[in-house]
Amino acid sequence: MKPAPFDYHRPGTLDEALALLAADPDAKPLAGGQSLVPMLNFRLARPSALVDLGGIGELAGIRVEGDALVVGAMTRQWDLEHADEAPALLREALAHVGHTSTRCRGTVGGSLVHADPTAELPVCALALGAELVTDRRTIPAGEFFQAVFTTALEPGELLVEVRFPRVDGPSAFEEHAHRHGDFAVVCAALAGDRLALGGVGPTPILWDGGDLDPIGDLFAPAGYKEQLARTLAERARRRAA
Amino acid sequence: MIEIATTVNGRRYERRVEPRLLLSDFIRHELHLYGTHVGCEHGVCGACTVLLDGRPARSCLTLAVQADGAEIETVESLAGGAEAAPGGETGGAFGGLGALHPLQQAFHEHFGLQCGFCTPGILITARFFLERNPSPTEEEVRAELAGHLCRCTGYAPIVDAILAAADALRA
Repeated sequence: MKPAPFDYHRPGTLDEALALLAADPDAKPLAGGQSLVPMLNFRLARPSALVDLGGIGELAGIRVEGDALVVGAMTRQWDLEHADEAPALLREALAHVGHTSTRCRGTVGGSLVHADPTAELPVCALALGAELVTDRRTIPAGEFFQAVFTTALEPGELLVEVRFPRVDGPSAFEEHAHRHGDFAVVCAALAGDRLALGGVGPTPILWDGGDLDPIGDLFAPAGYKEQLARTLAERARRRAA
Repeated sequence: MIEIATTVNGRRYERRVEPRLLLSDFIRHELHLYGTHVGCEHGVCGACTVLLDGRPARSCLTLAVQADGAEIETVESLAGGAEAAPGGETGGAFGGLGALHPLQQAFHEHFGLQCGFCTPGILITARFFLERNPSPTEEEVRAELAGHLCRCTGYAPIVDAILAAADALRA
């Protein structure tokens, strides 16, 4: 299908983008479009306008600040995957995010804000204890993901950058997906002594190895997901050791 | 309507487009380059893959307005078909009238296509893939192909063709 009509803005600065979003509550920001454009094509999303963040240079880029890696929200997933300064966990996990063509367009911020409960980047953000910096505040990853496709962002609030603190110790990413490049059925990210799981609930969770009560679905019942989680966590620990 | 200018296969085009026009439809309906195929239109099948500023992109997940100022290469660029584009007579996976690109030649020799619907996207992805990884393993080729659906071949001849093209391109 084709998208329903919408207006299109391509601001050059963050301030212009925020003003455009403040002026129109039905406008949506457009990052890499790898999740939003399919929703437009299906007409699941019918925004009045798109505010394309692709022209805002200040939103893209990777830099080291002290012990943290700071990644601009509009940094393409492909660029983070191939950045020498990126933590091994992120590089490993990004290889599972979609396909080359979607990673070349898709952005780090877009994936985090989309908050798919089986997406890889939110799980890594939680495991690494990332901080999500918006135009008005800083939100810890543990508070950012609130429900399926739902984050702590308020209307008109934009993610600007993500701060990934350096985490010492072992790290590994493990995933089971039906096909390479699909969203995970269950995935596990180990960073130091923190292990985060994706696919077992409405948001990524930190897991201490105790009781798990995953939400089953058509292709993966709860018991199967629990077994996957335990297996993937064990694999991650063994490989990282 | 929004004014955009793009360079496609080395040729500059200026058009006024609706914001909702997908890049895939822009390439086919406005530029009459029918080599880029439209399969699922929601980013699953990979048939519409083009190079956008040198990187593979699903043109059905890209708005034409996002490609303003960009350089695009479609399957027609592989066989040097850009000169043959204006009449719009360059349809099909093998594009223009020039000599086949080593990838196209390998697909021809290894029966890497039957109906050919998925072929243009696979050729574009494979070209980018082999530029970065000139000596891939079969496993790496298969992982890369996960982004493309082919319902005819069972993939085995496509894998053979890409590995053969890698050999040819290294030679």
